[in-house]
Amino acid sequence: MVWDQVVDYLQDPATWSGPGSIPVLLWEHIWVSVVATIVAIALVLPLALWLGHTRKGADIAGVVVNIGRAIPSFGILVLTVMLLVQWGVSVLSVWPVLVALIALAAPPVFTNTIAGVQGVSAATVEAARGMGLKESQLVGRVEVPLASPVIVEGIRIAFVQVIATATLGALVAWGGLGRLIVDGFSVQNQGKVLVGAFLVALLAVIAEVGLSIAQRASTPRGLRPRPD
Amino acid sequence: MIDWGWIGRNADQIIDRTWEHLFLTLVPVAIGIVISLGLTAVVLRWRRAFGPITVTAGILYTIPSLALFAALIPVVGLNATNAIIALTSYTLLILVRNFVAGIDGVPAAMLEAADGMGYTRSARFWRMEVPLALPVIIAGIRIATITTVGLVTVSVVLGLGGYGFFIYRGFQARQITQTLVGLVLSIVLATILDFLFVALQRWLTPWSRERR
Repeated sequence: MVWDQVVDYLQDPATWSGPGSIPVLLWEHIWVSVVATIVAIALVLPLALWLGHTRKGADIAGVVVNIGRAIPSFGILVLTVMLLVQWGVSVLSVWPVLVALIALAAPPVFTNTIAGVQGVSAATVEAARGMGLKESQLVGRVEVPLASPVIVEGIRIAFVQVIATATLGALVAWGGLGRLIVDGFSVQNQGKVLVGAFLVALLAVIAEVGLSIAQRASTPRGLRPRPD
Repeated sequence: MIDWGWIGRNADQIIDRTWEHLFLTLVPVAIGIVISLGLTAVVLRWRRAFGPITVTAGILYTIPSLALFAALIPVVGLNATNAIIALTSYTLLILVRNFVAGIDGVPAAMLEAADGMGYTRSARFWRMEVPLALPVIIAGIRIATITTVGLVTVSVVLGLGGYGFFIYRGFQARQITQTLVGLVLSIVLATILDFLFVALQRWLTPWSRERR
């Protein structure tokens, strides 16, 4: 009978077009997640690269990792939305959720970038310096390429977490695929809930696999394991 | 903006939700440890199983919590069993990875020394490999526990939530105090549990204490 509800929901024309339909919510979910991740990267990458380059960031990165793990993303989402609404931002707009997602995407990118750059061997950096590279060239031509697998890993962790937390956005009035789950709940339509859950899970897994492939592709040839 | 009196007026509820949060954290972590020990035993015997096991655990880990809770409702209903199954599934990737990495990280020289001293394979495993792997094993349990503390808050959609109950009800009632209390208590709980595991590790691995 659950399956009947799923089939019913999938056969309903409102499922496929109009406001609140799957294409609209899916698109909303994707663009908000992508924008939040890109903005987070733009905000923290320069600082993280500098901290990694000067090898000052190890302690800061460790603190960010620990605090980041202990803070529930659901709590940050709800709190950010409440604060922005208090300052007069509409609860129905995308802004509160977007700001919260940027805040959640930043720590993994930040810590992985620092760890990646610091992981570049000191001998390699010295050699590059000895060959006459300026500090800025050192970052761009040596440290970033060698650290790229670790940096992309941070982006992957951030993006997948953003997709998951964007789902929770539906609990605080915004859209995205979480709407299907939350609205399905409130009208007792288990078909809608299940389709929503499946789509959210699928989107997260696709993002994870896609960025894992990007991570492998971003690994400089010299760092790849040699095929036997 | 913050209504400090709210905390005193709701002390009973805060204590109830603390027990709920602890229960929904520790039970999944405990079940997760048992399952992961079994999976680790399989991996240590058949190395080929490592890939499939971590890929499966990785997919489970990637599924957003709201989706997993929702998908389990037709199967087990709207209850603590649902939350426990979902939260347990999130611990597996971290635990199995760290358990296997811990055992793999024991230096080969140690193993040879044990063999040279005439240890049997099982004595070598229990008295050499497991104790030396403990720091990495406990590190995995720590990460799994902290992650679970955060995820418990989402189980508010199942009518549970632990401190997540305050986070969400604060939003519905537009009372920032409640939301903040839920958020802060969740962080405090994660921090306390983390300290306890660090203390446990120091107690279990006295040899790693000397360096200060």
